[in-house]
Amino acid sequence: MSAFITQFINLLAAILLMLAFAMLSQRRILSLIYLYTLQGATLVAATAIVGYVTGQPHLYFSAAITLVLKVLVIPMLLHRVIDRLNVRWDVETLINIPTTMLIGIVLVMFSFYLAEPISQMSSTIARGTLGIALACVLLSFMMMITRSKAVPQVIGFLSMENGLFFAATAATYGMPMVVELGIALDVLVGILILGVFMFHIRERFDSLDIRHLEKLKED
Amino acid sequence: MNAQGYFSQILEILLALLLAPLLTGWINLWRAWLQNKSAPSLFQPYRKLHKLFHKELVLADHASSLYRATPYVVFGCMALACAIIPTLSTDLPLSPAADAIALVGLFALARVFISLAAMDVGTAFGTLGARREMLIGFLAEPALLMVLFSASLLSKSTSLTTIVDTLAHRDLAIYPSLAFAGVAFTMVSLAENARIPVDNPATHLELTMIHEALILEYSGRHLALLEWAASLKLFAYSCAGLALFFPWGIADALSPLALLLALPMLILKLALGGALLALLESVSAKMRIFRVPEFLATAFLLAVIGMLVNILLGV
Repeated sequence: MSAFITQFINLLAAILLMLAFAMLSQRRILSLIYLYTLQGATLVAATAIVGYVTGQPHLYFSAAITLVLKVLVIPMLLHRVIDRLNVRWDVETLINIPTTMLIGIVLVMFSFYLAEPISQMSSTIARGTLGIALACVLLSFMMMITRSKAVPQVIGFLSMENGLFFAATAATYGMPMVVELGIALDVLVGILILGVFMFHIRERFDSLDIRHLEKLKED
Repeated sequence: MNAQGYFSQILEILLALLLAPLLTGWINLWRAWLQNKSAPSLFQPYRKLHKLFHKELVLADHASSLYRATPYVVFGCMALACAIIPTLSTDLPLSPAADAIALVGLFALARVFISLAAMDVGTAFGTLGARREMLIGFLAEPALLMVLFSASLLSKSTSLTTIVDTLAHRDLAIYPSLAFAGVAFTMVSLAENARIPVDNPATHLELTMIHEALILEYSGRHLALLEWAASLKLFAYSCAGLALFFPWGIADALSPLALLLALPMLILKLALGGALLALLESVSAKMRIFRVPEFLATAFLLAVIGMLVNILLGV
């Protein structure tokens, strides 16, 4: 039974990785938000299952926080932001998508290689998935780098936090409750502030392209 | 080898030859239903084959012998592919003839011949179709190989019957690598079988057609063979997908009863798979030809990640 559940957690981890890749290859902001919601839902399932297997009730709480925050509140906020900013159209990427994916696969190999000795030291049930969690973090990081518009960057940031959260669950059965609540609040406040920023960037430059921010002087 | 093995082998080939047009008809039926059109008869592909076999053969003046030989080569490749993919039984005398890599090679052989034949007559459309076909083929092939390698890693063999045997008799276990491989395989089969996100099988619009452009110059029994081969290819891909990812119900023991049970199981799985394919085609839009490399690169990367995950998780 335990082996079966480990396999199920592995499967959920693999789905997280697949969703990270799907985000990397996605051009549309609306689809990005749907993928982010799905990623959150997968994370909820993974956390709840790890909590159930290990009998750690605090993981149920963090699953519940994840559910409320990352599946319901944040996607809703993002939907409202893109509605108000009217930015549903395709976003351009700095590097073309097949190249991005090729770099992505190198990142995956790198993180699998890096995580292997670490996960051997761990004794948790989901230790094998540490490499996947690391790969998710790096892939989201690359998504932030290769997108030039503000909204996909914010989604990249949020999905990076998902990867970190999964890494914590996989390696150490989650962080202490206080830390977890703190991070959850940070993310919520972060998205609110970034939302305000987006409106300001748009107001100032008539565009959400953050390359405008690199200019120091007025033309 | 014994009589039982030969019996199941012959049964499999006959079944593939007979069922392949039916599968095409079934998919067309569902496509029409899902798009609110009045559906053609389920047996329409048979009628079309019958009609074409009785029509006069028209050959271009400049057609070489390659052009005349191609339909038979393509049909032979697809029939052999159907013969080595275990659909009903894993006890197949022909299966040592070709493993998973040779299967990809068979598809490649058919592709090379049909592309050469399309260029042979010298019409613009044939050349255009051949180029597009080769573009898609060279991107889809590595992805297909990677998918088959993911399955081989689990069973430590590239022989299709051994792979399916191992997968069908494992303990209840979830292989994340197979999930990746399954998605990649679906994308590759959509591209290879001229299905909607990549090519529209029902169009003769010169800007978009790929497969239809290749066989534009063919007529009569040649066209019938090529149409039949296309159905066989779809059948082979569907059966390979079902055998790799849903291998339950395939007979392995040397008992007629198991074969008898495998047949309705296969038909049920194919019916479900065909309906799902029609649904997938109806909800997606045809993509631009320049987006196809992106689509197939995604398939390739998913398959590679499947292998990497397999190595990482060590299952």
